[in-house]
Amino acid sequence: MDSIVIEALVRALAVGTPLLLACLGAILNERAGVVNLGVEGMMAVGALAAFAVASKSPDASLWAAVGAAMLAGAALSLLHAFATVTLRANQFVSGLALALIGTGAAGLLGKKFEGLPLFNKVPDWTLGGFTISPFTVAALILAGLLAFWLTATRGGLTLRSVGENPAAADVLGVNVGLTRVLAVLGGGALAGLAGAFLSLSYRSSWADNMTNGLGWIAVALVIFVGWRPLRAIAGALFFGFLYYLQFRLQGNSNVPTEVFSAMPFILVLVVLALAGVRGQAGDAPAALGRAYVRGER
Amino acid sequence: MKGLAALRPAPVKGWTVNQTQSSAGPPALRLSGITKRFPGVVANDAVDLTVHAGEVLALLGENGAGKSTLISILYGLYQPDEGAVELAGQPVRIGSPAQARRLGIGLVPQHPLLVSRHTVAENLALGRVGGLFPARRVAGQVRELSARYGLEVNPEARVSDLSPGEKQRVEIVRALLGGARVLILDEPTSVLTPQEAEGLFRVMRELKADGRSLIFISHKLDEVLAVADRVTVLRRGKVVGGVPTRGATRESLAELMVGRSVDFTRKRAGGPGAEAGALLSVRDLSAQGARGLPALRGVSFELRRGEVLGVAGIAGNGQSELVEVLAGLHAATGSVTLDSQALTGDAAARFRSGVAHIPEDRIHSGTVPSMTVAENLALRDFERPPLARGLARDLTATDERARREVEAYGVATPGIHTPTRLLSGGNIQKLILARELAGQPKLILAVHPTYGLDIGATDQVHRVLLDRTGDGAGVLLVSEDLDELLSLSDRVAVMVGGSLLGPFPVAEVTRESLGLLMGGAHPHSIPGADQGPTQNGVMA
Repeated sequence: MDSIVIEALVRALAVGTPLLLACLGAILNERAGVVNLGVEGMMAVGALAAFAVASKSPDASLWAAVGAAMLAGAALSLLHAFATVTLRANQFVSGLALALIGTGAAGLLGKKFEGLPLFNKVPDWTLGGFTISPFTVAALILAGLLAFWLTATRGGLTLRSVGENPAAADVLGVNVGLTRVLAVLGGGALAGLAGAFLSLSYRSSWADNMTNGLGWIAVALVIFVGWRPLRAIAGALFFGFLYYLQFRLQGNSNVPTEVFSAMPFILVLVVLALAGVRGQAGDAPAALGRAYVRGER
Repeated sequence: MKGLAALRPAPVKGWTVNQTQSSAGPPALRLSGITKRFPGVVANDAVDLTVHAGEVLALLGENGAGKSTLISILYGLYQPDEGAVELAGQPVRIGSPAQARRLGIGLVPQHPLLVSRHTVAENLALGRVGGLFPARRVAGQVRELSARYGLEVNPEARVSDLSPGEKQRVEIVRALLGGARVLILDEPTSVLTPQEAEGLFRVMRELKADGRSLIFISHKLDEVLAVADRVTVLRRGKVVGGVPTRGATRESLAELMVGRSVDFTRKRAGGPGAEAGALLSVRDLSAQGARGLPALRGVSFELRRGEVLGVAGIAGNGQSELVEVLAGLHAATGSVTLDSQALTGDAAARFRSGVAHIPEDRIHSGTVPSMTVAENLALRDFERPPLARGLARDLTATDERARREVEAYGVATPGIHTPTRLLSGGNIQKLILARELAGQPKLILAVHPTYGLDIGATDQVHRVLLDRTGDGAGVLLVSEDLDELLSLSDRVAVMVGGSLLGPFPVAEVTRESLGLLMGGAHPHSIPGADQGPTQNGVMA
């Protein structure tokens, strides 16, 4: 019985890893006041970039592959930063476009990688008889680091202030635009890292649409965890567990598999509704989703 | 992201105070010949101004006199077209607020610019303190400053929990942390009770004794006389006078400011007595505020026919909710009757039963800024005759009526098809009055009706409201300006924490007693106010 629980926990942690990484990224840019719905797209290009570098030759550096994934995610998010911060375009529309561009481009450019073998995947670590990916460990550490950085450093205070009251920050000499652009790039890099986990560790292969909606769940997770990095660990575990349940139940039941595939998304709706009822949406950074124009009230 | 903080060198300036400058030296600040033009107006016209160390200079002027422009130039938000600024004898160019702060010029804005979810210390550390735990590192300095100048500020408190006066103290501390030698206070008392204002004046005197220079912007003459050493008066962009406060009177300053003599006597003669009978009767009204907290706790009172009932209170004590409930914009329990009929229904239904509403936010609740003057005037009844025929609007009738109203109320507008966002605050307010009073209302709910208006427009709004009481209409006047309340009201009530104290006959209250009640003192502990509640038998 015990081993089943631990087994479930380990599996939940594995599926939860990309959710956690992407969610931390989204927390980063949303605490600065920028919503980025393009997580799914940034994750997809991250997964492809990592796979393309790692599958080039047997002695390709996995570090380089991870770096490529983060760069790819950040590069795609730069579009969003330019559109929403520089041009002050609507953040939601721009984010949706980013998701479509990212998944589309990854599918198109990734055709030749489909079915290719990965020479060496990121080796799992064994801890007390259970295997755990280094990505998972990194994600947990990053959650702690982000929580600390946001609350206890000058940079974190600056970023939070920009997300709450950009006018106040501006008057004190904070560069609101630069802060927001950097936050969006950071969010993109973490989404790319989540993608790298999928293609280098979790699946060890490339397939079109391999992100499978995880990016969208990460976006909802941010609200569920109230924009707090440490709570994101619990949130990611919870949704990871739901995924695990879906795999387990799918095998031995005669319910159509589509129902199980849809389950996480239905749960997203339920969870968001609950967050709304509990008034959790009030935890959102005050300036979230709004372009900053100097001198406007 | 870590590099973000390192990009900007912290402008750390010692906030410890140097020796007080001798008055024989150059003035702490000298403006000479400052001119600033905007399309169509000269906002500042060759303005000269000096402030010495250890001096409080009051800058006095009506709205539009050029005070704001002058402050903006001093704080680096605008560049003057002509003229020079000297700080302690050195010519300076102030290119940005950051540069102004580096030069030792601090601004305490009228509306504090703070991150409400953060703590006081976090707000004060922003953009200033580097490295780890910036808030903790600034907290010690804050306590030291608090103790030294009697500025009560708790660095750990969350800004959203602070009163307007506390937020203002945070802004003062911020300016002092930045090493301000010249401190500009922009209408600092507009959000304070008289007692809080007195506290602010004590702090100002401490700062002055410390050799700092203060520029105090206000149009409240009593305060100027109480705290300033000298007064510089602006009218239409020009300096029209500079006098020491010693020897000046309210009347002499007002005449300088307005350019004609001003009558300070009470505008209202006697109001109706109890025999006039109740027009509006409110019983046990309770309502929840925006965050689910109780905003009204069992409010009961009566408003007589032809009476002006003033409601005093610090913003956020339930006045807004009370008016919104009466106007049909906010749900509540309890009973409200107007002319012995239960007052129910939505805002439109209540308007038809005779409730006019002059809302707090005149631009966004009172008008649709992108729509024209004529359309805004027709908002209440555009779908009924005479402004409509069947399903179609009668645009000719709409325009005709708009022309009449614009004429009657003296709304200065380029035309009736001008969007109201292009109108000044005073003209928008006249337009709202024209619309709301068109239907001969029985009850007029007026919230801050003259906030931000100049003396001329204020006078007109007051006259229009008082005129209506002659026809038997009742006015519920919510204002933060105690002078306005005392000048217009027949009785005055105070709202504090969602409860209504009073109403008290206006002859039995003073600015001081109202101020104490607004701050939460028990009515029986206030001399002059202790008979009010029982006499009127209104307080439960």
